[in-house]
Amino acid sequence: MMIKRQPLITVEKSLKEITDDICAPVERFPNKAWWCGLLCAKALFIYYLVAIGFVFAYGMGLMGTNHPVGWGTDIVTFVFWIGIGHAGTLISAILFLFRQKWRTSIARTAEAMTVFAVMTAGIFPLIHTGRPWLDFWLIPYPNQRGPMWVNFRSPLLWDVFAVSTYATVSIVFWYIGMVPDFATIRDRATHKVRKLIYGILSLGWRGSARHWSHYEMVYMILAGLATPLVLSVHTIVSFDFAVSGLPGWHTTIFPPYFVAGAIFSGFGMVVTLMTLVRIGFPSFKQYITLDHMEVINKIIMTTGMMVGYAYASEFFIAWYSGNPYETYAFVNRAFGPYAWSYWIMVSCNVLIPQIFWFKAARRSIPIMFVVSIFVNIGMWFERFVITVTSLHRDFLPTNWGQYAWTMWDTSILFGSFGMFLTLFLIYLRIFPAISIAEVKPVRHVGRDGGGHHG
Amino acid sequence: MAKKMSGVLGLWSDESKVLVAARKVREAGFKKFDAITPYPVHGMEEAVGIKRSGIPWVTFGAGLLGGVLGLYFQYWVASVDWPINIGGKPFFSLPAFIPVTFETTVLFAALFSVAAMILVNGLPAVNPKILDPDLTSHKFAILIPNNDVGYSQGKVEDLLKELGADEVRLFYDY
Repeated sequence: MMIKRQPLITVEKSLKEITDDICAPVERFPNKAWWCGLLCAKALFIYYLVAIGFVFAYGMGLMGTNHPVGWGTDIVTFVFWIGIGHAGTLISAILFLFRQKWRTSIARTAEAMTVFAVMTAGIFPLIHTGRPWLDFWLIPYPNQRGPMWVNFRSPLLWDVFAVSTYATVSIVFWYIGMVPDFATIRDRATHKVRKLIYGILSLGWRGSARHWSHYEMVYMILAGLATPLVLSVHTIVSFDFAVSGLPGWHTTIFPPYFVAGAIFSGFGMVVTLMTLVRIGFPSFKQYITLDHMEVINKIIMTTGMMVGYAYASEFFIAWYSGNPYETYAFVNRAFGPYAWSYWIMVSCNVLIPQIFWFKAARRSIPIMFVVSIFVNIGMWFERFVITVTSLHRDFLPTNWGQYAWTMWDTSILFGSFGMFLTLFLIYLRIFPAISIAEVKPVRHVGRDGGGHHG
Repeated sequence: MAKKMSGVLGLWSDESKVLVAARKVREAGFKKFDAITPYPVHGMEEAVGIKRSGIPWVTFGAGLLGGVLGLYFQYWVASVDWPINIGGKPFFSLPAFIPVTFETTVLFAALFSVAAMILVNGLPAVNPKILDPDLTSHKFAILIPNNDVGYSQGKVEDLLKELGADEVRLFYDY
């Protein structure tokens, strides 16, 4: 028996039509929906900058972090955004190494999501230091204080290296992928300024077979380097917690648990963004098809059950360890003062994605959009549960307390979405949102006589 | 990059035809010819006779360098230049130094590989000559430079026409 492959592009297209379709959003004046989106996102972004300005000016006291909960919104939201980024690298690098051809049409935008999510995330530890004007102390540089160096034994410093390496490699990978497409836009440009800008971005690319040979090699190498890198990043983020001695944090399950959660939340964000891109650019529906969305939804459900397994496993080990502090930390999570956040987390991450057992739900845009929003909410609460519930009641009851959430926490949390969405909307307008040079070779997949190389 | 070349080019609009043509041109004895395609065409490297890229060696060397430098720097900082007793741990705490060593390995490997690709491809090219704007969209070309083995303008033009080129013309200063 032979099962026929679904075409990756729903309508049979010529090479020229593919170029025209993908370049169109870059070349035409954007529509009203895009402007409305940009104005809203920008308003939120400006609000974010103002909120950060107040926190910088008046100090960290404006936010809820205090004794005993010394890690709050900044760390929670940092982990949240870093996690979002991981799905982009999974799609662009890991699925590339596995020769998954369906990744081609969503890889560029997923990678853009990674870059912007990491940029958004990177701001939070800088706010969290409390004295952001001294943040350059995080970097080991020769100085006149000894020289005094950073402490390389600290997971927090590993994180500085992991996140900055991840940001750098992601940006380079994303940019190198776009170079041939910039050349396409340059050669189509009718206006001098556009020709100049995209000419510079394209590095003078001309598509020689010898150049392609080196280019493809480097692209594969970058994918091969990004794959262990992305796993290392969230592993090291989890070390920030796991290397401490706090009950609820000091567990060996953290690295795989964090990586699975990161991929889960990132795919949630991919669905949120892709449904919006499909609405905003209807011609992209032929490239980002329902089949793509269905596969992503399957991954969401699978990784959702993986984090569900991690929740259960943590509980089991807390009991099995016989450690009273560890047991208490988990009972307190599920039934203590922050039980509401724990059950939001479980419902959003484990229960709600179960709807994807049904094919109709996996292929329904409204349903997957709503589920993806719940996934985003659930994964933010997962980090909130991990961070806050472990800190607020640790060992001695004299040392217990609640997290004092303020309006500034709310402002900075929601404001960060303004930054992310502003960057994303501008990206959709000035960069080719689907990889032109990668989609063309797969245009025959699923059609007669096409995709013969498997 | 090499100095400017001139010669004859043929244009195609079909991927499979240009692939066959490239193979035939090589079989006709030409060595320095090149193909221009809007996307990487599967099998073009064999057809044109391009050797496997040597960039993986750069990646390997750069990764090794990054790893050694990263680890050495941490050793030097923690054991030589500013040794501080932190929690009774040894000055050279190897396990704790592995994450940063890994990151510097990946960083060096990635950046050097990309730099190598840009360098060997002669990029960035300032204001490069574009032979046909459709070559980055939906057309394919084969260029045979006039310094290639056994080049003669009439012969090359006939060969490219015979191989089904939509258009055959001279090019200069590419």
